[in-house]
Amino acid sequence: MAESAKELLFNSVFKRNPIALLVLGICSALAVTGQMATAFVMCVCVTLVTGFSNLTISLVRKRIPNSVRIGLQIMVIATLVILVDQILKAFYFELSKQLSIFVGLIITNCIIMGRAEGFAMSNPPIPSFVDGIANGLGYSLILMLVAFVRELFGSGSVFGYEVLKLTTNGGWYTANGMLILPASAFFLIAIIIWVMRTIDPEQQEKD
Amino acid sequence: MAEEHPLRPFYTVLVLAFGCSLLVASAAIGLRPQQDANRLLDQKRNILRAAGVYEAGIPVDEQFGAVQTRLVDLQSGAYVADEKIDPNSYDQQAALLSPELSRELSSEENIAGLRGLENYAKIYLFSDQDRIDKVVLPVRGKGLWSTMYAYVALDSDLSTIEGISFYEHGETPGLGGEIENPRWQAGWQGKKLFGPDGEMELSVVKGGAQVSEEQQPYSVDGLSGATLTTQGVDNLMRFWFGEHGYEPFIARIKQEGGFNG
Repeated sequence: MAESAKELLFNSVFKRNPIALLVLGICSALAVTGQMATAFVMCVCVTLVTGFSNLTISLVRKRIPNSVRIGLQIMVIATLVILVDQILKAFYFELSKQLSIFVGLIITNCIIMGRAEGFAMSNPPIPSFVDGIANGLGYSLILMLVAFVRELFGSGSVFGYEVLKLTTNGGWYTANGMLILPASAFFLIAIIIWVMRTIDPEQQEKD
Repeated sequence: MAEEHPLRPFYTVLVLAFGCSLLVASAAIGLRPQQDANRLLDQKRNILRAAGVYEAGIPVDEQFGAVQTRLVDLQSGAYVADEKIDPNSYDQQAALLSPELSRELSSEENIAGLRGLENYAKIYLFSDQDRIDKVVLPVRGKGLWSTMYAYVALDSDLSTIEGISFYEHGETPGLGGEIENPRWQAGWQGKKLFGPDGEMELSVVKGGAQVSEEQQPYSVDGLSGATLTTQGVDNLMRFWFGEHGYEPFIARIKQEGGFNG
């Protein structure tokens, strides 16, 4: 059953992607994917928090009493998120202003707690850490794909650099208004899920 | 796991909670100087932005060098001598906590929902070849959830708005939070505070397009979906450019024949 670190990485990103297969963490996938830059910062933050929360929880997993484990997991996650938020405010002030409340909302990202409860509670620290990072990367993959499409066709740019010149700036491209709205991410995520499950039929749900 | 000592959960939780709070507290305190420096830099950047002279890429402190900082006594409208209080070290927010430097507002005075009013406000004068051509005034007031902080830049006629820049608030992102949006802030440019008779006329209204021709220069389009935030912005403008705000200062400068008179 135990997977090597490489398998863990590959499987978490492609075979059981937290967004595409487990359908967790959709909320932030809608909220921060309007621009690639904000999506990228969010990905880095979530990956770090998932990795280190898994590591911490796995280190103390044998001492965590069953009855209060969820509360303790939340406590560890909240601490890490506050640390990330404080560091962003101190060193990347502009970015932290742009992300505003979304950094704080990492606490409620279901992927982090899902991995803490589902993996870190029953596995040794190193694999747990790898699992956390891998799931963060899986989340990042989908987020960056969605953000790429939304920013390119919604605002005509990639990472803020103009690619398609917008009509509002005297160019030829009329921005797709729907892609600016968060709900458009639903359609994009659905398409990604469809493609992934077509390539790998094992991911399809049996009815 | 079945035979847990009944006190063990408490013990574990206490130890972990202590560790976590230690981490959070040390991060908050250890990073505070850096964060404060950022906040100060951000304020300066917003002052420059309100005045419409901010250029990305050039260090903010360098651009801020030519700006003259003065203190104004809000009640009398006169400048406070630099020898009395050094404007560069004066902290307007800290002044609110000191009873000698601030006062309480009665409920009918307090239309902007402030907790108190400082006696002295820190203002910023921009000059072009020895002539003062812009003045930036700090304002604040309660929105829906939070106190909103902004800088308003006025032309040397002390009525035309050159720009506004909200820099700190806790309004709903996407709705009231749009007060941060440069596109909305651009709609303030060229609006006038005072009518021909010298009365404060400016208002922030919803459905700005329906305002009559004569009222256009005095009305700013509100934010859709953010009625209470818009109202808060309207209130804070009425407060700060009314008799308890900068009106005495503006009256005094006008009496002296303008900044460069």
